[in-house]
Amino acid sequence: MLFKLSFKNMKKCFKDYAIYFITLILGVAIFYMFNSLDSQEAMLEVSSSTKEMIKLMINMLGMVSVFIAVILGLLIVYANRFLINRRKKEFGIYMTLGMGKRDISKILLFETIFIGIISLIIGLVLGVFGSQLMSILVAKLFEADMSNFEFVFSQSACIKTCVYFAIMYLAVVFFNSFTVSRYKLINLLNDAKKNEQIKMKNPVMCIIVFILSCLGLSYAYWIVTKGIYKLHGVNETTFYIGIAVIIGVITTILIFWSISGLILKLVQSRKSIYLKGTNMFVLRQLHNKINTTVISVSVICLMLFMTITALSSSLALKNSMQKDIEKLTPVDINLYKTANLDKSAESITYSEEIKKDSKMPISYTLKENGFDMNLLKDIIEVPIYELSDLTWEKTLGSAAIDIKKEFPMMNLTTPEMIIKLSDYNKIAKLYDNKEYTLNDNEYLIIANYESIAGMRNKGLQANTVININDSEYKPKYQKCEDSFIEISTSKTNVGIIVVPDSANLNIDNQKLWLLAANYNAKTKEEKDKIEDIFSNNESVLNQRLHEAKNSLNSDTKIKMFESSVGLSTIVVFIAIYLGIIFLIVSCAVLALKQLTESSDNKQRYIILRKIGCDEKMINSALFKQIAIFFILPLILAIIHSIFGIQFALSIFDTLVSKKQLIPSVIMTVIVMGLVYGCYFLATYIGSKNIIKDYD
Amino acid sequence: MENILEVKNALKYYGNKSNLTKAIDNVSFSVQKGEFVGIMGASGSGKTTLLNCISTIDKVTAGHIIINGDDITELKGNNLNKFRREELGFIFQDFNLLDTLTAYENIALALTIQKIDAKEIDKRVRDIAKKLDIDKILSKYPYQLSGGQKQRVASARAIITNPKLVLADEPTGALDSKSARQLLETFTALNEDLDATILMVTHDAFTASYADRIIFIKDGKIFNELVKGNNTRKEFFEKIIEVQTLLGGELNDVI
Repeated sequence: MLFKLSFKNMKKCFKDYAIYFITLILGVAIFYMFNSLDSQEAMLEVSSSTKEMIKLMINMLGMVSVFIAVILGLLIVYANRFLINRRKKEFGIYMTLGMGKRDISKILLFETIFIGIISLIIGLVLGVFGSQLMSILVAKLFEADMSNFEFVFSQSACIKTCVYFAIMYLAVVFFNSFTVSRYKLINLLNDAKKNEQIKMKNPVMCIIVFILSCLGLSYAYWIVTKGIYKLHGVNETTFYIGIAVIIGVITTILIFWSISGLILKLVQSRKSIYLKGTNMFVLRQLHNKINTTVISVSVICLMLFMTITALSSSLALKNSMQKDIEKLTPVDINLYKTANLDKSAESITYSEEIKKDSKMPISYTLKENGFDMNLLKDIIEVPIYELSDLTWEKTLGSAAIDIKKEFPMMNLTTPEMIIKLSDYNKIAKLYDNKEYTLNDNEYLIIANYESIAGMRNKGLQANTVININDSEYKPKYQKCEDSFIEISTSKTNVGIIVVPDSANLNIDNQKLWLLAANYNAKTKEEKDKIEDIFSNNESVLNQRLHEAKNSLNSDTKIKMFESSVGLSTIVVFIAIYLGIIFLIVSCAVLALKQLTESSDNKQRYIILRKIGCDEKMINSALFKQIAIFFILPLILAIIHSIFGIQFALSIFDTLVSKKQLIPSVIMTVIVMGLVYGCYFLATYIGSKNIIKDYD
Repeated sequence: MENILEVKNALKYYGNKSNLTKAIDNVSFSVQKGEFVGIMGASGSGKTTLLNCISTIDKVTAGHIIINGDDITELKGNNLNKFRREELGFIFQDFNLLDTLTAYENIALALTIQKIDAKEIDKRVRDIAKKLDIDKILSKYPYQLSGGQKQRVASARAIITNPKLVLADEPTGALDSKSARQLLETFTALNEDLDATILMVTHDAFTASYADRIIFIKDGKIFNELVKGNNTRKEFFEKIIEVQTLLGGELNDVI
């Protein structure tokens, strides 16, 4: 009998449940998809380092999943509370008929189990198919071979999903019986009739609070975008960022607390708008509603903010990382060796042989250790110099004091790296970078790390003269040239000084040997084989170097691609996972709130109808109301994210430029628009149905 | 005098062939401009159905209802809404004020949905409020008002659009006797000073005694009709009680 009741109820309420139900299914599906990645990884043919990356990603996704489970659990409990509250009267009638609270709890239990099982099953089916799409995406992102693609079902992910959701539903059951146990029959029966007291806030207070919140928020924005550069040290930075976040959260709440009063006051003063059609009604509704939902709207706003920021900055990061790396790795390999080991501070730790070897070029070391030089082509080898008295402080000149003030963490006594013009031009030619000419008394600086280059530019603009072994040089250009000599995944060249060949630099001033070359191979397999000689610790070359206690540092194009792709992909995956869940959860909460609101307000719409409003007016009033309710948190979230994205990108300073942000922002807008729009439409249509039927 | 309302052979059936209920059975009557007419009957007699049909909320099965020359049984959809908005005013037993709006706004709403100019709205609301003696409570919310005040706000809302016909459904039903008396005096004032035509449904003899003419309904049919004429209200009241005794039932109301 109880089972029948709950089953019938569910059929009856399907329309109200629909949005909740769909959100649950999506939640289950997404949860499964992101947790089933490990079974897909097996079928991808990727290199071992990529495999490591994927493993790291799966571990991180696993941790994020716990967090996601908590969020979804909160949604379920929250939604359930809503749905129960709507049925107080029904429960009241059951209780007058002699049903006990235990029976009501049982009805709810059946319902929860029923909904839980159905949503789990549908969600898992959807997830299994969705995960196939995911694996194609994963393969594409990791640039893996998809030739042995097959349909996979991840048992572990399935079990994990079931367990996590079972726990969530258990929490709901527990919560429900707690709620039911507190019911009093008289309240159940009378709740619907109770005229809620409308608490009106003092409009002057609203305006003051609103203005103060805006000021507070501006300060928080300033901290995370501009102020952050003025802070010194990790602790201070963390402290101020923390403050900015707290201010952000509090002001968000206060803005929502005050904004409806503010809007109401503003519109009320413009009688021609206020006294037009149903505007008055819509505004009052909104004012009334936002008053009772400040906290949830604020939470939704913050979640949307995180979604927008996470999606757009992660996509931008990925795009730019991949674009930069193409340009920044024009050759297959860079090898480095420290020169003049006998002059280094730890010279005692090195054997005489190695000290001798350090004075020889890298190609010599390679040949000595049995490497076949025919495996490399386009070999360029150059020495890089360093003078202990030519430090950053000197090249920055008069700008050094300002920079010291702004970045006290920087050690300006570090010696500069110096390269001779002809050596630089040889490399530039190989890399397809710009070649330069210099007069005998000129120097230039190449750098592509934007913020450091900016500082150096100050020094160059001040025409700072540098001294190399008693000859003076002045800058040829007023700013750094955008170039590099070492391959890298991102623009991290903090600056190398290029001086004319005539500069008095000898072998004793040499700091490093740098060798740039391409693999002498045509196919990918051949390249991988050569790569293996350098990257595999077991290779003959590395073994022999190891035995001799010698070492060559290498940067290879293949390694850089893998780590860059892997890192950015992990960031993107986690951002998408969190972003989408946050998005659907906030949409679902908004929709549920609005739907219950509509059914609570049914009486008001009936009154409107009675005093002569036609359906068109009523629908437009409803539309406006829902639209404003959906748009308000979104607007604030967008404003937040404008600054949030800037902050996120300032962390990845070197990696992303503003231009690269645009496509990812567009992507985010499309995804958000679609999901948000669908939930909005569903809510509007649902609400329309609710207020349509007469009572 | 011109007829504002004319009900001709109105029929309203509920149910199906096997179980037919005649809520209104061949009712005809008319209301003239400036009249204050009461419709009396026990619960279930069909008086509310009749009012719903007149107010275009419900539709008659057969017959015609003509308000100010328009046959509302012929109107459809938006025309019906427009008609209701512009030609009729409503006063309900449970006030039907919007609890989120102030008294002022509740009254103004009736005008704003007619797309009337904002400046005029303000003037008209203040005018009517003064007449109904609610100008001091205009900025209050319904929950801050007494029942009588609420009903006067509702009356102001009903009358402010200058409707051809004001329909009141048990307007004193939720009021204590003092407020009820005040409200009915307001009705009389509206009727006499503003020349409003009022059709009021009630089952309460005291309330009905404020009308000029009373139509009694029993089992969907017109049972009797009483005109106040030159009688005092007290005499009229006694006559109503007599008819009610004849009507049978409603013993409680007599006492």
